[in-house]
Amino acid sequence: CDSLLVTAITAATEKVKTKRRENRFRNRNGLKSVLDEEVLLLTQQLLSSNPDFATLWNYRREILLHLETVRSEDEIQRLYEEELSFLEACLKVNPKSYGSWHHRGWVSTRLPRPDWARELSLCERCLSLDDRNFHCWDYRRMVVRVSGVPVDQELQFTDRLIGSNFSNYSSWHYRSTLLEPPTSSACSSPSTSPQTHSHRVCEEQLLKEYELVQNAFFTDPNDQSAWFYYRWLLGRAEREEMISCVYVSREGERVVVAFSRPVNALSVGLLLVVDGQPQQVNWRSAHPRLRHSPMWICDLPPGTISDTSNEHNLTVHWTERHTHRDCALYTGRSESWCRDSATDLELFRSELSVEKSSVLQSELQSCTQLLELEPQNKWCLLTIILLMRALDPLGYEKETLAYFQTLKEVDSMRTSYYSDLCSKFMIENTILKMEYAEVRVFSLCEKNLSTLCHLDQLLLVTHINLSSNQLLGLPPQFAMLQCLEVLQADDNAIENLEGVYHLSKLEEVSLRNNNITQLSDLKILTTCPRLARLDLRGNPITQIANIQSQLAELLPSITELLL
Amino acid sequence: MAADNLPTEFDVVILGTGLSESVIAAACARVGQRVLHVDRRSYYAANWASFTFNGLLSWIDDNKQGGQSPEEVLDWSGKVESGEDILPLSTMDTSISNLEVFCYTSEEPEEDEEEKKEDATPISTLSPAPQSEGEEGNQATSPTDNRRNHEGETTLDILSESPPEQQDQEECAPLAEDQQILSSDGEPQGEEQLSGSAPTQAKKKKISYTKIVKEGRRFNIDLVSKLMYSRGLLVDLLIKSNVSRYAEFKNVSRILTYRQGKVEQVPCSRADVFGSKELTVVEKRMLMKFLTFCLDYEQHPEEYQDFTERSFWEFLQNNMLTENLQHFVLHSIAMVPRETHTEEGLRSTQHFLRSLGRYGNTPFLFPIYGLGEIPQCFCRMCAVFGGIYCLRHSVQCLVLDKESGRCKAVIDTCGQRISCSHFVVEDGYIREEQRKGVEHKHISRAVLITDGLLLQSESEQQISLVTVPPLEPGAPAVRLVELCSSTMTCMPGTYLVHLTCPSSGSAREDLQPVVSRLFTKPASAGEEGDGSDERPAVLWAVYFNMRDSTAADRSGYDLPGNVHVCSGPDAALGSDHSIRLAQEVFRQLAPHEEFCPPAPNPEDIVYDGDGGQGEGAGFSEAAQAEEGAAEEAEESKEKEASQESSPVEVGEMPDPPPAPLAEE
Repeated sequence: CDSLLVTAITAATEKVKTKRRENRFRNRNGLKSVLDEEVLLLTQQLLSSNPDFATLWNYRREILLHLETVRSEDEIQRLYEEELSFLEACLKVNPKSYGSWHHRGWVSTRLPRPDWARELSLCERCLSLDDRNFHCWDYRRMVVRVSGVPVDQELQFTDRLIGSNFSNYSSWHYRSTLLEPPTSSACSSPSTSPQTHSHRVCEEQLLKEYELVQNAFFTDPNDQSAWFYYRWLLGRAEREEMISCVYVSREGERVVVAFSRPVNALSVGLLLVVDGQPQQVNWRSAHPRLRHSPMWICDLPPGTISDTSNEHNLTVHWTERHTHRDCALYTGRSESWCRDSATDLELFRSELSVEKSSVLQSELQSCTQLLELEPQNKWCLLTIILLMRALDPLGYEKETLAYFQTLKEVDSMRTSYYSDLCSKFMIENTILKMEYAEVRVFSLCEKNLSTLCHLDQLLLVTHINLSSNQLLGLPPQFAMLQCLEVLQADDNAIENLEGVYHLSKLEEVSLRNNNITQLSDLKILTTCPRLARLDLRGNPITQIANIQSQLAELLPSITELLL
Repeated sequence: MAADNLPTEFDVVILGTGLSESVIAAACARVGQRVLHVDRRSYYAANWASFTFNGLLSWIDDNKQGGQSPEEVLDWSGKVESGEDILPLSTMDTSISNLEVFCYTSEEPEEDEEEKKEDATPISTLSPAPQSEGEEGNQATSPTDNRRNHEGETTLDILSESPPEQQDQEECAPLAEDQQILSSDGEPQGEEQLSGSAPTQAKKKKISYTKIVKEGRRFNIDLVSKLMYSRGLLVDLLIKSNVSRYAEFKNVSRILTYRQGKVEQVPCSRADVFGSKELTVVEKRMLMKFLTFCLDYEQHPEEYQDFTERSFWEFLQNNMLTENLQHFVLHSIAMVPRETHTEEGLRSTQHFLRSLGRYGNTPFLFPIYGLGEIPQCFCRMCAVFGGIYCLRHSVQCLVLDKESGRCKAVIDTCGQRISCSHFVVEDGYIREEQRKGVEHKHISRAVLITDGLLLQSESEQQISLVTVPPLEPGAPAVRLVELCSSTMTCMPGTYLVHLTCPSSGSAREDLQPVVSRLFTKPASAGEEGDGSDERPAVLWAVYFNMRDSTAADRSGYDLPGNVHVCSGPDAALGSDHSIRLAQEVFRQLAPHEEFCPPAPNPEDIVYDGDGGQGEGAGFSEAAQAEEGAAEEAEESKEKEASQESSPVEVGEMPDPPPAPLAEE
């Protein structure tokens, strides 16, 4: 029986091939193509045993398009309706056939009198059999868009699907796309805060969503779908793209521009104007490995601003965003900066909404309640941490650290992730404290840091202390600390100094008790011309014979070398 | 086969067509034994039977008429050889008692007015009455067209004459046949059509008794009310044996309970808990946590070991469950009395939960056309494998071998001697003398025809299990099953309600209090109901007690070792007891044979000389079927594991779906 089938299929394939060849031949010779129903029938036979044969679908479309030109509308309608029933049969063979779904979408749009209700019910049927069939979800979205199904109706549809199985993230995700107004309108809305703009859902709907999602995670707190949706609901505001800081160094004849988000300055139309004169400058990122960077640097032509008796007005234009920032370098000053006075809210909380704190507070309460019932639930713990961060990052610091500890215990597979996340939050907190204190000294001692981030915020820092953490290296982003003079990073496990790159003011580096083993690891320090003091005590490198002379040779500027 | 020229030798003679007997018959025939299956009644399934309304009325009459004079005592001496003894069987069925019928709906003018409106008086009250024996000669009937054959109707008639049923039939057909894919929500569609002819709730059209009688054959009224646990022994057996192909099923759609004077929905599945509006989020968590624990409570003995000597009720209280959660778990999920021991309660809860999600959102299935279908399905399987059936035919006595004390043969109603090596008999045929050591319990039953759902919902087509906890201390918990017209058990616009509880008094004493709380009487002709009472009205009701012989121990019967007694239905919700019993008996009958192996498709069985496909085709098919069942079981397991039960096409249950669209 099988062999019979194979023979039949082979024969039919051959026939189709012949037809196609003939067709091409005729096309080439200006003859009428062979686009007839015989081929339709043949391809149908083949496709019904294997609907994933894209070429055949293409051929069918060619034929159907041809027939459209020679048949009456009623005939075409009938033809396409037959096509739709044939497609149903194909979808039964393979409900996830790309070809069938695509062809169905095509036929639906070609149909003179489409029956969208029928298509919707087909989708519903398929989704009831497999609620994660993304082909069907896609097709449904297409049908909804084309036939203009109202959002309310679609929301009810997701209600139903979520009601029958709330673990299906497809339904939640579809819901989020329905709730979210088109991005463009949200952006242009003037009512949003100047610093951030969010794609918010109206408050009443939002409260309903909170209730729905809470029902889900109280029913099954281990189900991630609801938690992910909850994270989405709590907000995902993004900082506005802007120039957050312009720094000018007279001595280095250098301008540093910091942005609120990583950009590629080479392609965004960055224009520097000094005292009304546009400057031809080359923008470079802090480190060659950073092609998208929140910080860009340019050197001014020698002599432009070097005279301390002159006052200079600089303007950086970001032409693509129609925004700019001015910075004045006064007489006698060696450096100057102009920065955006961002509050903590705008700096770091944007990840979790700019929602009213009363709402966040009550969400925090619900989650805490759930945590009492499920003290081991990682999703709940993580959400609580995020809510606390959004509400009061400094005030909840102690609790946050404790929850991180629990998280690492209950979800040991992700310890490193939690460490990194915790490091990020600790750095943010320290930055906030520094902002309030308005100092340029930054200390992150004994914070259990496993990673460094937000380094673009540290542009103006002159002294940094990273001692007693678990750092393995100083990443390329470290090069954004353009004003750094003293680096202390004792008692870590640093092997890699990649980020200590072209720090023109760096004078002192202390790396006691780290993991620097080879001379080549230190080669990068040659890019820091002012480096005078280097402490390498307690590193494996000190065991190398002749290391002192080798180092002196490598770094001639160093006057004080501790080994 | 005519009853008067039956073969004189069988391996097994089975008397009574109840569930256990029918399963035994099928199992024996399946492994090649010669089976004679007889029942003195004119219908299949004994006390498991389902009747049309008229059929039920005549059943009531039969049980009412009392002492039909027993058969003349024949002289059997001619059939008996020396060294043999006679053991007569009972000729009377005394299993039904306290039968009372009430009619609350008006019997239209054309009817004889023996009954008047609201003040319903018992039409008949009777004490145990003997069942008449089929006097008009013994007819053998073939169980292959057995559906309600005592009514002289065949299924075909019903289907061709009533389009709505036909409609529903299609809806129940296995999915993916063809074009099915488009009738996406086939169910609601079908229901709309069905209910289209039914009176809407807002304007309750009065349904007269005449109408009920006229539409009577749309009813399939079960004598016992049971549901099938999706992972119970019965469902497993139906799948394993392929007997399921003879029946179609619907999911029970709701689990309800009566609490604080209200009927409300019990959240039992994950989706229910999620969707429940009554529970707070904390309650949801507590309930889910508890239910998750119950699912594999054996793995966590530390959780309940302090309570092994104490009651489940105390255990629940100790588990931080709020009062309504305690109610739900105890009465509606475990369905046990308060004093039940903790471990038993946990086991019951687990049984319930394990059945969830296999075919739908509740753990239960109900066979379309009523529970009486199930024994008949097994009879049919037996007949397919050569079993011989005779209704209105009984065994008068057993012939015992004096020396061995074993039953050698039986003498049937016609006086014919039929030898057999085993005799299986329903408890009701055993004379009092032989069961002195047996104590019987009783089940209290009520069957109501009502005009509305106990709990309104979007769809009028709901099959609900309602648990009513004891209304006062000491009273039994009552179980209601409310069936809608799409189960083919009642006519559109009406509902068939079964009430069941273990008896403490007469059925009416036990059940009337529950009925009067949950239902009203229809408004009388002149006055219109003011609409304040949302309870459905009872149109017609019957109460009766049925003997429950399941507690009987085999040793209580004074019978030869090769005579096996099957008990009738018990009060439990599932049918596990009967299946287990059938399995035990079968093991004694055929110790080395498999119990109900998958049967091949009838169409695929190749008989000798049929030619064509060659031998063994039937068997390879059987093997495939087995695979299919295994696959299906596997699939359901996955389903449960991920708790992703999609609503199941009823009727598709036994067969692996031809092209499962839901393949993950």
